[in-house]
Amino acid sequence: MNISKDELKHIADLSNLYFTEEELEKYAKDMSSIVEFANQLNDVDTTNVELTTSILGEYNVFREDEVKPSFKREELLKNAPEQQDGMFKIPKVIGG
Amino acid sequence: MDITSLTIHELKDMLLKKEITSYELTKAYIDRIKKLDPKINAYITVCEESALAKAKEIDDKIDKGEKLGALAGIPIGIKDNICIKDIKTTCASKMLENFVAPYSATVIEKLNAEDAIIIGKLNMDEFAMGGSTERSAFFITKNPWDFTKVPGGSSGGSAAAVSADLATAALGSDTGGSIRQPASFCSLVGLKTTYGLVSRYGLVAFASSLDQIGPLTKDVTDCALVLNCLTGKDDKDTTSANIEKIDYTQYLKADIKGLKIGMPKEYMGEGLQTDVKNAVLEAKKVFESLGAIVEECTIPVTQYLLPTYYILACAEASSNLGRFDGIRYGYRTPNYETLKELYTKSRSEGFGPEVKRRILLGTYVLSSGYYDAYYKQAQKVRTIAINQFKELFEKYDVLLTPTSPITAFEIGSKTDDPVAMYLADICTVSINIAGVPAISIPCGFDSNKLPIGMQLIGNHFDEKTLIQFAYTYEQNTSWYKNKPELEV
Repeated sequence: MNISKDELKHIADLSNLYFTEEELEKYAKDMSSIVEFANQLNDVDTTNVELTTSILGEYNVFREDEVKPSFKREELLKNAPEQQDGMFKIPKVIGG
Repeated sequence: MDITSLTIHELKDMLLKKEITSYELTKAYIDRIKKLDPKINAYITVCEESALAKAKEIDDKIDKGEKLGALAGIPIGIKDNICIKDIKTTCASKMLENFVAPYSATVIEKLNAEDAIIIGKLNMDEFAMGGSTERSAFFITKNPWDFTKVPGGSSGGSAAAVSADLATAALGSDTGGSIRQPASFCSLVGLKTTYGLVSRYGLVAFASSLDQIGPLTKDVTDCALVLNCLTGKDDKDTTSANIEKIDYTQYLKADIKGLKIGMPKEYMGEGLQTDVKNAVLEAKKVFESLGAIVEECTIPVTQYLLPTYYILACAEASSNLGRFDGIRYGYRTPNYETLKELYTKSRSEGFGPEVKRRILLGTYVLSSGYYDAYYKQAQKVRTIAINQFKELFEKYDVLLTPTSPITAFEIGSKTDDPVAMYLADICTVSINIAGVPAISIPCGFDSNKLPIGMQLIGNHFDEKTLIQFAYTYEQNTSWYKNKPELEV
């Protein structure tokens, strides 16, 4: 199965990844061979087989809603590439 | 005798008898790392200051006769995807090159509570995606047995460090074989625990339904000693299991008389190197001579588990790695105007090619129109796999397979063809899919003197039986005593 460059561009956009034309060609080739390999799965008869949603059969895990100490703001901002006034800084997204 | 070559249980004894101090021991490792690691490249970060300071503290405790933890004074290396407070956690990625974790993983808290010395952070394939450690964004780790060969991966730094006596033991993580395969390439004991036995809190997530942290050690006794310190329910990881704590050293007994081993035939077929096949068949004879009953068995779904693995692992990775957006932590591109550009460029410049490939595949199989055919189908095949393993464990105590169909390969030989690289994972991925535990232990050498490992697979939460089988084998063979010849 072939994944076209256009199709890959769409997937890249969904993934928030950018590729040059040259890279797109290489990745389209890689992806086609991986997807081809994955297509084997269609040979398995899975009629009446349930999906695995949890390995241990656990579904919801509950705990008491207790207030516990959390991280200090400064601690968490230490790794921020850009910050201002105790907040993460991003480019303007509303209006122009 | 060089103290760096000893095991945890040997060193513990010497520390308690005051034949050595933890400071001397830690210093010996630091010196050895300085001399030898420039050739091997196992460490991304060496925690010289904090390790030596902690060693002094432990020596003090020993002098004062205070109560000691189970790993008191023992230097342990940590794969660089496990967070340690105030130390860099890079995942061997440009994305996290300067990330300093604001908290420690639960396993690190546990090691600290047992008085272990954290000696440094170890190289890996970027975000644990790969089987050779060639995909580290920083440098390639060499196999101590042959510097032209890979150490395996993704926990290749962990395996190389323990094998070259640059740490007494190490922690790795295993999503599809990342502890067991490097353990087999470097002649070590490596354990992937049952999903849920060890907390994943503080492990940078790759594929959350498959990831487990586990030990790489020089022998089975050390494996049991480290495992004892890692297990337990953790409120910070809802998938950690609430089961009674076991002392695994109780199962270091050489007795497997009458126990049953299944050998799934699918793992002994095509693509298996002759030397590997012969070594595993020899191991089978050893088990038989020790009174175990060995039978051939079958896991018919095996041939589909590699694509199942890549679909599930990549789907989960594409979701988990969505958090790297250049805003709260990690790499941010210097060139952007809009928010979308900030996301896209930061991610494209910060991630390496294999990580991008897996994010693309993951996004593809989760995208509208393909979700049912790939992701849902893979989750159904997963159910079939879990059931087939379950059935086998009604009949057998453990299953025996090779850990890897091949021994350590040449650096640079497999990086071009992704599918060829993925095929080498065939023996290990099914274990993560089923969520069962498996241990890799040394069982021979190939004609090029490269280590061979075999894999013993157990039922859910039956690590104790794996330890018992592995220990019995180890006590009756001597493969684990071999060491790479290294000039310091």
